[in-house]
Amino acid sequence: MTASAGDRLARLLNLVPYLLARPGIRISEAAADLGVSEDQLRDDLELLWVCGVPGYGPGDLIDMSFDGDRVTVTYDAGINRPLRLTPDEATALVVALRTLQETPGVADREAIERALHKIEDAAAVDAPPVAVRLPGDDDRLSTLRGMVSRGKALRISYYSAARDVTSERVIDPMRLLSVSGRSYLEAWCRQAQGVRMFRVDRIDSLVELDESASPPPGAVGADLTEGVFQPDPRSPLVTLRVGRGSRWITEYYPCETVVEVPGSERLARSGGVATNDSERLARSDGVATNDSERPSRSGVATNDGEWLVSLRVNDMDWARRFVLGLGPDVVVVEPEELAEAVRVSAQNALDNYS
Amino acid sequence: MAIVSRSRTERLVNLVICLLSTRRYLTAAQIAATVPGYEHDPEDPKEHEAFQRKFERDKAELRALGVPLETGTASIFDTEVGYRIARRDYALPPILLAPDEAAAVGVAARLWRHAGLAAAATSGLAKLRAGGVEVDPHATLGVEPVIAVDAAFEPLTAAARQRRHVSFDYRVPERDRPSTRHLQPWGVVCWRGRWYVVGHDTDREAPRCFRLSRIVSSVRAYGGEGAFTPPADLNLIDYVARSSGPNELTNTAKVLVRHGRAAGVRRWATSKQSTVDGDVVELRYGCAESFAGWLVGYGADVTVLEPDDLRKATVARLEEVARVSSPTRESSLAGV
Repeated sequence: MTASAGDRLARLLNLVPYLLARPGIRISEAAADLGVSEDQLRDDLELLWVCGVPGYGPGDLIDMSFDGDRVTVTYDAGINRPLRLTPDEATALVVALRTLQETPGVADREAIERALHKIEDAAAVDAPPVAVRLPGDDDRLSTLRGMVSRGKALRISYYSAARDVTSERVIDPMRLLSVSGRSYLEAWCRQAQGVRMFRVDRIDSLVELDESASPPPGAVGADLTEGVFQPDPRSPLVTLRVGRGSRWITEYYPCETVVEVPGSERLARSGGVATNDSERLARSDGVATNDSERPSRSGVATNDGEWLVSLRVNDMDWARRFVLGLGPDVVVVEPEELAEAVRVSAQNALDNYS
Repeated sequence: MAIVSRSRTERLVNLVICLLSTRRYLTAAQIAATVPGYEHDPEDPKEHEAFQRKFERDKAELRALGVPLETGTASIFDTEVGYRIARRDYALPPILLAPDEAAAVGVAARLWRHAGLAAAATSGLAKLRAGGVEVDPHATLGVEPVIAVDAAFEPLTAAARQRRHVSFDYRVPERDRPSTRHLQPWGVVCWRGRWYVVGHDTDREAPRCFRLSRIVSSVRAYGGEGAFTPPADLNLIDYVARSSGPNELTNTAKVLVRHGRAAGVRRWATSKQSTVDGDVVELRYGCAESFAGWLVGYGADVTVLEPDDLRKATVARLEEVARVSSPTRESSLAGV
């Protein structure tokens, strides 16, 4: 309720300078531009018409002239400029521009930079203390952007991490995206007959075809509100017992449940946790804590700080490689077929060395 | 939704215009006698009290919108505080954006996937447009970044801006309990797609950075504004980048990869030689221990040929995996 009062007041204080800058604008055009109905806009104008400077006589009130559907402000009563940007508004715009500027492959980076300087200058406050650095191959993304804008189908060689194979496919590009520091090409995949997000760093080669990209009319981009990867709720559930040093997987993969293994607390406390205190940013391969803190390494059966982690897995062979790669810190609880696959893989691999 | 009385909005617009038009500070009584909507009998205690409440609410409303209400007295003989709005503090400075610059701002304003910041970006853009900037709503820059931030982003950027201390509960996956941390926040950084806050940790008496996604409580700002000064030569990005450490691939391994298998390994090969047993590929790596962990993920499809330390590390890791994944593990240990 108060919010809507504030919203309307903000809109009204903006409206006078907006119209002042656009003499003779059509009310319909202004309404569409400002995102309000024509009726609402007329109501706003009527209200402004009875506002003005003290005295409130005919010459003191905000005045407008109407010419059919067109309106021109002829007296602004002093509100001829919009309010300054609030710190929140300045932060939102400046951080978005900085992100845009950092996005690999973005067009017109120079214009973004000029805009950024002007917005920072116009903001009453100091530049927000926020810095952005995004990884990615700018040249490669620029090339891709050119291809997408030319609207041709592409033949790509794409590495699928789920299946650990590289395959050729023809795609109809739809848009290029950058989410959480990764670049994606969203496209209609003719092979899969569906919209797919292709990670740009997994496109190993690409050829522009001499035919137009034509995603089917019904093909729409993914809603990215919840992130790029959403596990399919129908996929099988895998439960792992995860040692302290591999708990980080819960930050990188969407998990259904994470619970402490009963009894692990006592051991964790008595073991004394002395991990490095500062933030460990290098996320190499899950080799995390100091080995001496893991009694399991010395052959003693223990569940020091273990978590039971459940996650949905689209592909069991991916899960096998995932668990193998995590090493002895992670043990499959279920399904049994996965536990068996891990065990057999490890044994077969060992046979390579015997 | 409650219907906002038109008279209240009207009164607020008139209040802004009145305070913008005056150079003298106007007291509440003078404002009441001037601005329509505040009429009351100041001699009647009930009416007067109602007016005061109304006026307080209106001032709060204006301040919430960012209207810079100045307070002061008209002369040294005045005892009662008065109000005015200085035009230079109120008005957005002239801002001329070329069409390509305006397009960039228009694109930027719709990137937020965060309700509060999306709303702030939209209202900021509305002000720029009221200032005369024309924005093409259909402009695109070819690549759309999606900007998502953690809940701690807003309070931390606000605290860094105001230079106020903050505390929060922080949970690292390797630890069992969150710990409460105290920080002088210098700034917030997006690095490789993740958000961090950098600052001086007053418990550890040293600079630290924290990942925003690991903050499990609300961020509590405490103490006054301007409580600290960040280092003059601070480069936020450098700070976070330095903490992440170099990961240079200074070593070369020779690995036998089965025919048609382990595409994930093959795509990093710097050279490939076919043999009857498979392809011998060369790979660059940094730390042998973590590289061995990565290779073990490919199971029997890869065999490390050289160097020897990598080979040993891989075998040792495989043996451990075989041991812990053995179904007879518990019983065999019990029998030891």
